[in-house]
Amino acid sequence: MASCVKLLGNPHDKTERLLKANPVFHDGQSICESLIIVQYIDDARNNGPSLLPSDPHDRALARFWAAYIDDKWIPLYKELKETSTEEARKEIIERICEGLILFDEAFVRCSKGKPFFGGDNIGYLDIALGSYMGWLKATEEINGRKFLDQHATPSLAQWAEKFYSHDAFKEVVPKTQKLVEIDKMVQGSGKPASGC
Amino acid sequence: MAEVKLFGTWFSPFSRRIEIALKLKGVEYEFIEEDLSNKSPLLLKYNPVHKKIPVLLHNGKPICESFVILEYIDETWECPSIWPRDPYERATARFWAKFFDEKCVPAMWKVCWSKGEEQEKLKEECTQLLKILESVLSGNKFFGPGENIGMVDVTGNFVAYWFGILQELAGLHVFTKEKFPNVGEWIDEFHNCSIIKENLPPKDKLTAHLQARFQAVAASK
Repeated sequence: MASCVKLLGNPHDKTERLLKANPVFHDGQSICESLIIVQYIDDARNNGPSLLPSDPHDRALARFWAAYIDDKWIPLYKELKETSTEEARKEIIERICEGLILFDEAFVRCSKGKPFFGGDNIGYLDIALGSYMGWLKATEEINGRKFLDQHATPSLAQWAEKFYSHDAFKEVVPKTQKLVEIDKMVQGSGKPASGC
Repeated sequence: MAEVKLFGTWFSPFSRRIEIALKLKGVEYEFIEEDLSNKSPLLLKYNPVHKKIPVLLHNGKPICESFVILEYIDETWECPSIWPRDPYERATARFWAKFFDEKCVPAMWKVCWSKGEEQEKLKEECTQLLKILESVLSGNKFFGPGENIGMVDVTGNFVAYWFGILQELAGLHVFTKEKFPNVGEWIDEFHNCSIIKENLPPKDKLTAHLQARFQAVAASK
């Protein structure tokens, strides 16, 4: 599990960047796109629990939400960085928060009372969302407001705390202050920060 | 009551892919034609997040998003498998299916509806995408993997069929067989495959449908 996370690096680099600079190699063959890499690692494993649930419908749910996170929710952060008017920024932040409410409901459904989306152990959907928590916290600090809180998204907030304290992720998910510094540096250069 | 239902439209490349997958697996299903201008309460109930087709309903449980549905179909009805079993080939197949859906479809759809400078930029983007497809197909008849047509080729159905009709209606020549001979041959093979041929919307009907949309857009300006 730890090697899977370490392979991810910044898990939401886009295809072109991966193709140029950061393919994952396995037996001399390259694989690109972070969630495809995670699924490859899961498919290619010889032992240990699967990252995806065993029931096909639960697997479909996990894939659905991972695709939503990747295709709809994470791009909001890039949109936020590229938006300068206060009103437009507020609107994007509202959409980020609406996404978190959806994930809170999805968590209740997928976890079935257990600590993670994957159940007792971290799974595919935990990785898909959890890997972006560093940037979520940094964005909260930059914008001076909490997106993920105990009142609006109680189950998700609890999950986030468990996720952050898990051994596999402590070394990998970047510290909030470091990401805030990167964001300031990149804003100064006029280019969007990587991963957002 | 049918165990498997598919909410879709006759003209959607996304719901046609699901039909091909179900037929390859020999799964009987009930097709429910949706009116996208007046979506049914059932569709909105089963896909509250995106409110889109296709939606597969199996034993009362909905599955949404076409790629998620295709993986679900392969995992639920195991034989014959429609995606590669080898992990690397499966990862490659997922990559190219995503490439078709996230890069090719949006650019090739938008280029036909845009004008002026925006259209010129999109034409260049489409050309670059076609160059990538051209190079992948160098020495390969299909995206496969292997020698035969596979689900990756099926997920390329918009490029292989819908785009040709759209670009003609838009008066564009972004794709030509002269510029992209490998893609041209792949399109010919695509159309020769019997299960695909049987599950494409009729050309004249699709052309008339898309033409009506072009005229509606022109009239609204």
